[in-house]
Amino acid sequence: MTKPEPLPRILNANDLATGDVVYWSGSKWTRHIAEAEMIADNDAADALGKTEMAARRVVDVYPFEVNFENGVPVPARYRERVRSLGPSVRLDLGKQAGE
Amino acid sequence: MANPSIERRGAEEKLHLANNSYHLRFRSDAKLGWAYVPDDAQMTGGDAITVSLSRFQEALTRNDITHLGVRILPGEDVRLLQPYLARISLVELAFPTFRDGRNYSSARILREQLSYTGEIRAIGQVLADQLFFMVRCGIDALDLDPSVTHAAADAALSRFKYVYQAAGDARRPVWDARLSS
Amino acid sequence: MYKYDDFDHAIVNARVDEFRDQVARRVAGELSEDAFKPLRLMNGLYLQLHAYMLRVAIPYGTLSADQLRMLAHIARSYDKNYAHFTTRQNIQYNWIKLAEAPDLLADLARVEMQAIQTSGNCIRNITTDQFAGATAEEVADPRPYAELLRQYSTFHPEFSFLPRKFKIALTAAPHDRAAIKLHDIGLELYKNATGDIGWRVFVGGGMGRTPIIGKVLREFLPQAYFLGYIEAIMRVYNRYGRRDNIYKARIKILVHELGLEEFHRQVDAEWADIQKTFAEPPAVELERISAFFVNPTFETIATPVAIYDDARKTNPAFDHWVERNVCAHKQQGYSIVTISLKAVGEIPGDASADQMDTIAALADQYSFSDVRVTHEQNLVLPHVRQIDLFALWEKLKDIGLASDNVGLASDIIACPGMDYCSLANARSIPIAQDIAKRLAPIERSTGELKIKISGCINACGHHHAGHIGILGVDKKGEENYQLSLGGSAAEDTTLSTILGPGFDADGVVNAVEKIVACFNTIKRDNERFLDTYRRVGTAPFKEAVYG
Ligand code: SF4
Repeated sequence: MTKPEPLPRILNANDLATGDVVYWSGSKWTRHIAEAEMIADNDAADALGKTEMAARRVVDVYPFEVNFENGVPVPARYRERVRSLGPSVRLDLGKQAGE
Repeated sequence: MANPSIERRGAEEKLHLANNSYHLRFRSDAKLGWAYVPDDAQMTGGDAITVSLSRFQEALTRNDITHLGVRILPGEDVRLLQPYLARISLVELAFPTFRDGRNYSSARILREQLSYTGEIRAIGQVLADQLFFMVRCGIDALDLDPSVTHAAADAALSRFKYVYQAAGDARRPVWDARLSS
Repeated sequence: MYKYDDFDHAIVNARVDEFRDQVARRVAGELSEDAFKPLRLMNGLYLQLHAYMLRVAIPYGTLSADQLRMLAHIARSYDKNYAHFTTRQNIQYNWIKLAEAPDLLADLARVEMQAIQTSGNCIRNITTDQFAGATAEEVADPRPYAELLRQYSTFHPEFSFLPRKFKIALTAAPHDRAAIKLHDIGLELYKNATGDIGWRVFVGGGMGRTPIIGKVLREFLPQAYFLGYIEAIMRVYNRYGRRDNIYKARIKILVHELGLEEFHRQVDAEWADIQKTFAEPPAVELERISAFFVNPTFETIATPVAIYDDARKTNPAFDHWVERNVCAHKQQGYSIVTISLKAVGEIPGDASADQMDTIAALADQYSFSDVRVTHEQNLVLPHVRQIDLFALWEKLKDIGLASDNVGLASDIIACPGMDYCSLANARSIPIAQDIAKRLAPIERSTGELKIKISGCINACGHHHAGHIGILGVDKKGEENYQLSLGGSAAEDTTLSTILGPGFDADGVVNAVEKIVACFNTIKRDNERFLDTYRRVGTAPFKEAVYG
């Protein structure tokens, strides 16, 4: 059996002050997953997470797997999907509602 | 039920020492330079020697230790010290991580059950936000984490004017204060 | 209800100042997240999937109308116009900003509320019977004792860094509405054969990964030794509870590993020692506190109340609501009303700011400004005149809170699950919504049925204690649900038994429907689901689901 190709990964975190879910765009944190940049180098991503946390911008930085659909990253796991959208039981709230 | 009067230990005087050591009351022996003898080192005599619980008996047999201290790790039973308290000038209570709260009980047992009046010192991860609890349990010397300034310790220790429970310090619980208010 | 005096105010205000200072130090970089996290948790502030979540303590589930209005105000000013009542009789807000949390706590303090004891390895918010002070079943009102315990455990210097969190529940009625045997310590106040009132003390109960029913540690503890005995238990636990493995750190594991007898011996030894120095608050302190919990000035009302009885006869919808949501009060002519927060299709336990405001107004008008929160995530107006019930019901209908389903299939306990909670393995709320929709049409004929759903093994949704329990698990990245049957959190506490292999979201809803259909064909007379299950065991239900 051949190992499946590992999925591309991006970084997310919570904004320290607001708690809002944010993604690394390559140069800054963004609230929009569509602007997230794929991790090219795991060690660099690790180091970036540490620097950003030390700089008191974000907390709980971690990478997660995505599938690119029409050029837009869609989280592979449900957990990050909920984070990128908002509660599935309150479609009027969170990023899915344009907040 | 018995409602013993709470021991009042008199005004607490502060004595700030080097090495980020913070004392809550004046003690004539507070300036002693305590030396801890690790378990794998040769036991020595001296003016102020601290040993682990496992070497405590050995230290007791020596007559060249003027002031004897004992270090209690979390999980060790301070009640074992009861027969020897008169010989002990310092009990160090170790908090290897601030999350390990076992030695809060040790402090109260020493003060309240065993009526130990010598110094109890917190060592290890002694952070600003735990000091209040430590002192309330009867700890009266703090080897502060290097990150904690004495000003921060002062602030942490003076924040709460009232307390709900009687514990190992001299503070009156509010139910007692209410009786006279 | 209890009113703060200057001492209580000073303590809570000092706490708010302290937290303000801690947040400032965090934002200024003096505190790392590692150092700050336990501090924010000690103030009820968690980081969840979408934002910070703040859990506010509702001591023993008792709220004044003014406090409820403040909770509504907070929902509007700091959150998104709603909040969630939890199975710990607390309330939580889902979209809190760190920088605003100190102001929020200051607002809470103005109505004598706070977020202490809602997180961390300390003695958590004390819970009790939501009918306390209103039911004729109790031997005394448990709330003064709960308040004594609240004060005793607030910033307890010795017990703020326990091996794990610690939950205490008490009740003074034989009918257990506080699930006391599923707590670290459960306390039951009762009258013994010689007519003295004292506590039956249960220890080592709990849900979570290793569910265990609490065992009787002391058959009769005289009231005068109340706090000293608890201190002895806490000290044994603090010293000897496991700290090497968080899944084995609860007191239930210590009791299990030592054996009840040895644990008992250790507690007694500690207690003997503690009694020599322990200063139990004097009787006048209990009297002082009890004075806040005296009966409101009930009217003398002749029963039956004709208007009420007629309304029940002529309005079946009202009659159904009374049947499910209204309970007997100790005072003739009064009733206890449970307001269901489980409207079919809505989120269990959620209430909007407007709903909270309206309930506060109704409490002012009809229930001496008194509101209670239940561990089943409903609210209670404890003292309503029967003559007012119809008007109250109509007003509840206007705000969508007149669901007549208390204790029925759609009155589901559900934790926030993966829609909000960062620890979740699966969603709970949509499962509850789907089951409620599916079963609502047959729930009245089905009778009492307690369905409880947790989104992970932490069991905040009490699935072990559900007549039907549902646990969300992660199966290779997919949401999966395990079904179990036969649990109870009442005085006849039992733990539910896993039925068989798990299901996906649709599958578990179908399976629950089949179980209920099976029950409806095999039940005898007025058996509840739980009675039938206890009579027949799992076999017929297994057959119905997997056969
Ligand atoms: S049971 Fe699990 S998913 Fe549900 S609220 Fe508790 S921790 Fe979160």
